[in-house]
Amino acid sequence: MVAHFPALLVIIPLIGAPICMLVRVRDWSWAVATICTWASFAISWLLLQQVISDGSISYQMGGWAPPIGIEYRIDMANAFVMLIVTGIGSVIMPYARESVRAEYGVRRVYFFYTSYLLCFCGLLGVAATGDAFNLFVFLEINSLATYVLVGMGKDRRALTAAYQYLVLGTIGATFIVIGIGLLYAETGTLNMYDLADRIEKVGASRTIGAAFAFLVVGISLKLALFPLHLWLPNAYTYAPSMVSAFLAATATKVAVYVLLRFLFSVFNIELTFDVLPLDYIFAALAVIAMFAASTVAIFQENLKRMLAYSSVAQIGYIVLGISLHNAAGVTASVLHLFNHAIIKGGMFLALGCIVYRLGTVNIHHLQGIGRRMPLTTAALVTGGLGLIGVPLTAGFVSKWYLVIAAIEKGWWPLGLLVLLSSLLAVVYVWRIVEVAYMKPVPENAEQVEEAPSSLLFPTFILIGASIYFGIDTDLPLDAAIETAKQLTGNGE
Amino acid sequence: MFLEYFNYWIVVFLMMAGFYIVIAHDNLIKKIVGLNIFQASVFVLYISFGKITGGTAPIIAEGFSVYSNPLPHVLILTAIVVGVATTALGLALVVRINEAYGTIEDDEIHKADEEED
Amino acid sequence: MTSSTAIAFAIGVPLLGTLLILLHKRYPNIREAITLGTAATLFLIVLSILPEVLAGERPNLTFIEFLPGISIAFEVEPLGMLFAMIASGLWIVTTFYSIGYMRGHHEKNQTRFYACFAIAISSTMGICFAGNMLTLFIFYEVLTLSTYPLVAHHQSPEAKAAGRVYLGILIGTSIGFLLLAILWTWHLTGTLDFEEGGILSGKADGPLAGILLFLYMYGIGKAALMPIHRWLPAAMVAPTPVSALLHAVAVVKAGVFSVVKVIVYIFGTDFLSSIHHDDWLMYVAAFTLVAASCVALTKDNLKARLAYSTISQLSYVILGAALATSAGVLGSGMHIAMHAFGKITLFFCAGAIMVASHKTEISQMDGLGRRMPFTFIAFAIGAMCVIGLPPMGGSWSKWYLMVGSADAGHFIFIIVLIISSLLNVAYLLPIVGRGFFRPAPPETNDGNHQDHSHAGIKEAPAFCLFAMAISSAGCIALFFFADRIIKLLEPVAKAAG
Repeated sequence: MVAHFPALLVIIPLIGAPICMLVRVRDWSWAVATICTWASFAISWLLLQQVISDGSISYQMGGWAPPIGIEYRIDMANAFVMLIVTGIGSVIMPYARESVRAEYGVRRVYFFYTSYLLCFCGLLGVAATGDAFNLFVFLEINSLATYVLVGMGKDRRALTAAYQYLVLGTIGATFIVIGIGLLYAETGTLNMYDLADRIEKVGASRTIGAAFAFLVVGISLKLALFPLHLWLPNAYTYAPSMVSAFLAATATKVAVYVLLRFLFSVFNIELTFDVLPLDYIFAALAVIAMFAASTVAIFQENLKRMLAYSSVAQIGYIVLGISLHNAAGVTASVLHLFNHAIIKGGMFLALGCIVYRLGTVNIHHLQGIGRRMPLTTAALVTGGLGLIGVPLTAGFVSKWYLVIAAIEKGWWPLGLLVLLSSLLAVVYVWRIVEVAYMKPVPENAEQVEEAPSSLLFPTFILIGASIYFGIDTDLPLDAAIETAKQLTGNGE
Repeated sequence: MFLEYFNYWIVVFLMMAGFYIVIAHDNLIKKIVGLNIFQASVFVLYISFGKITGGTAPIIAEGFSVYSNPLPHVLILTAIVVGVATTALGLALVVRINEAYGTIEDDEIHKADEEED
Repeated sequence: MTSSTAIAFAIGVPLLGTLLILLHKRYPNIREAITLGTAATLFLIVLSILPEVLAGERPNLTFIEFLPGISIAFEVEPLGMLFAMIASGLWIVTTFYSIGYMRGHHEKNQTRFYACFAIAISSTMGICFAGNMLTLFIFYEVLTLSTYPLVAHHQSPEAKAAGRVYLGILIGTSIGFLLLAILWTWHLTGTLDFEEGGILSGKADGPLAGILLFLYMYGIGKAALMPIHRWLPAAMVAPTPVSALLHAVAVVKAGVFSVVKVIVYIFGTDFLSSIHHDDWLMYVAAFTLVAASCVALTKDNLKARLAYSTISQLSYVILGAALATSAGVLGSGMHIAMHAFGKITLFFCAGAIMVASHKTEISQMDGLGRRMPFTFIAFAIGAMCVIGLPPMGGSWSKWYLMVGSADAGHFIFIIVLIISSLLNVAYLLPIVGRGFFRPAPPETNDGNHQDHSHAGIKEAPAFCLFAMAISSAGCIALFFFADRIIKLLEPVAKAAG
């Protein structure tokens, strides 16, 4: 059983999905989904321990040997990412019960949880697999389920958001498949590690270059790297609360993992950064993302949209770390993957609490909410401090490593830019603080009480984690350093 | 040269045509059609480089020693299924959008959205 | 308890106090008693560390390894010891004053006030005892965040605007400049520990060290070097006990304390004077000294005048450290103590005047001294301490600063210090003079129904008077006990010589 963990990790949610479809009694489908998520979390935790002690795990699907058979290769990078995805999912599931019931109605929740499990399974499959085309298949499973989830929002603009996401996401995925096809044409294999060997032998031919370009553009679209981020604000804003939180914390992170895997493991570092000037391109786009997205976030009235643009900026930080391509830079990126996932997930959960009670997250309707819903607002503001990068939050540790990486590479102006863009985050977080605490409660405001504890508890777990991992940085930092070593050292 | 790489010219043409349709047309269904054409170009691409010169269909038979590569065909079947699923989902969304907005023209939908908060 | 646990308690006890204060929201008397009890306990804990430091030991405590190679660590050295004693001692005094002021002025949200006060003091303790630059930075930021609710206490539009300036400047400089300087130092030297002689000598050459110095000095926004001084007058909108805390005890002192620690323990005074790139700092500090005093002259609002006076006095400390001589550093350390007592007295008086008479402009205060003699005498004592006249403690610190300037060969600064003292006289003593010797405005009834006379004004509330008495006594006592302070600071000064 233990030997089959890599496969079970993906298969359990995959089987859970049709079971959810069949279980239509009240919200028992929620129970099925939660059990599958928690089981996956347990498995991914055990896998991580195994990778730490024994090194990478190679699992052959169906016993067929690679490179013809599909191989699941679990090393530090994907073990860590899978832990993040399953961990966030496990925390959000208790939250989802009440939140989804309120936003979607009890009778049809089984549709919701079916789509959720497919999305979840897709993310895990993308992370676990070592075969390029298998990655595309799971990526599409995940994306299609995500389009459905986004479209389930209450507002009718969720439908247009889902449609827009569908069109853009499909273009991105098609680019990825073109890239994979060109790679196959040139090398004759689809196994990522075999590809690495063969690409090294072939060198930088025109086909490899074209494949590289298609892959990077396609993945960047899934990653929401500026300027391919257009689908993100609408999707995060109009999706149901639980979906926004889950997506913000996982979807883009897995796309970052795919980027890391391709840039560092499949194509080697010389090809990526010396032959093609990807470091300059990514650095420039990342800096633009950091500043432009933060600035746009300042002027948003809808808090979910504000956090969505903030996410685009944070992804800019992650990509900046990748563009530095030294050990500290990749460490910073992987670390921020983890930290941003818990911070943003927690903040979207807090916003979901507000939606649950007030029905809106328009900043003008939230005057004085610090007094009406003190715990929720405290969670939101604490998460905001993490976005700014105040010491004792997780965000500070990521920023620290990022600036150190920039200084080590000799690109210290980038370090200064990172710090300056954090100041932009101060502005939009403080807008929330001022409205929540400084404005008096309007007289005709409805009486609302604090969110129910089933919603508050997961929110505080995630926000509490962002403070805890800001002080005791062992777990994410060790994982990130090890990941960076493996990715930049020898590319496995 | 044109005739040698005829398939690939078709790929390029279909890819650009499909992409253009997605961007240029406002009608939501036409966009999905454009997506389909875009994806079709990829199918042609894969199948084209699966063909080995002088190879026959990849079914073992007496007297043949060179076969075309069957793997791209398998990949394409998967991609076609993905494309069908995407199209189905897209069209379902269009039906719901029509119910909600009363139109499937992108510009009209934008206008309706702007009037809302 | 051992000194290491004392350090932990020094930071933890105020936080425990915060919790207890929050729990006793509905019982104001118990709440105030908790604050007083916590403050007294803290002072005793801090005092318990003093003997070891005087004996030359450096008690330390490592809390947690934050990042590979850097920990959140504490190490007590003489400067930090002095600052901690002042901060914890004056917290007791300020609490007495706050009780009188907040109740006399019928302020709202008092629980939040006392709770944030306690958190601010806890982070100040963290700054005092920080053993490396990262720990100092962490508590520095916590101090900024915990004092924001105090500055914006009234929640009026003015308070909101002031809060924005306060937070904007302080966080802007700390993240934009100070963090960059810290990261760069870490990159150059591989450590952030405070060490005698500094950690940068040999690792950073001339222009680079100059840039780093610039980043550090302007990154420590709480030291209010011009032109990032704007937050100080803006924070005047806060209630007076907050101004007393900010301008005498915690925030600005944390700023200049950090400046001195950076100069002495990160750069090292020998290194700094050898590269001659600290000259600009001396001139900027001197300019701030004089310019702020001149602006203070023009202000009619008493609190605004005191705010600019503070900006000027802070640059005394920065100048002393920038001179990089042993007398200069000694003068800086002493001035932290002297100015704390003097300024807190002045602010106590300003607040008392406001509570008792609702007057804020100096021109309205003619003859008020005869109605509130106690207050105005305390004001006089505090003013003399700030000006530097014997028998107040301030005279000692000014003396050492002048000696330090002479030692460094910069005689111009002696002239600057003298000019500034004259300006101090010009903007402080007339308030006392007018209070006692000018006639009060007559009882009038102009069209606005404003009565500018002092009819019906009594002395300040008792708790306020008690606090003022203690702080004024402190000003006088410091003159006689200055040698104890010099003995405490001797190792630091020697390291700087």
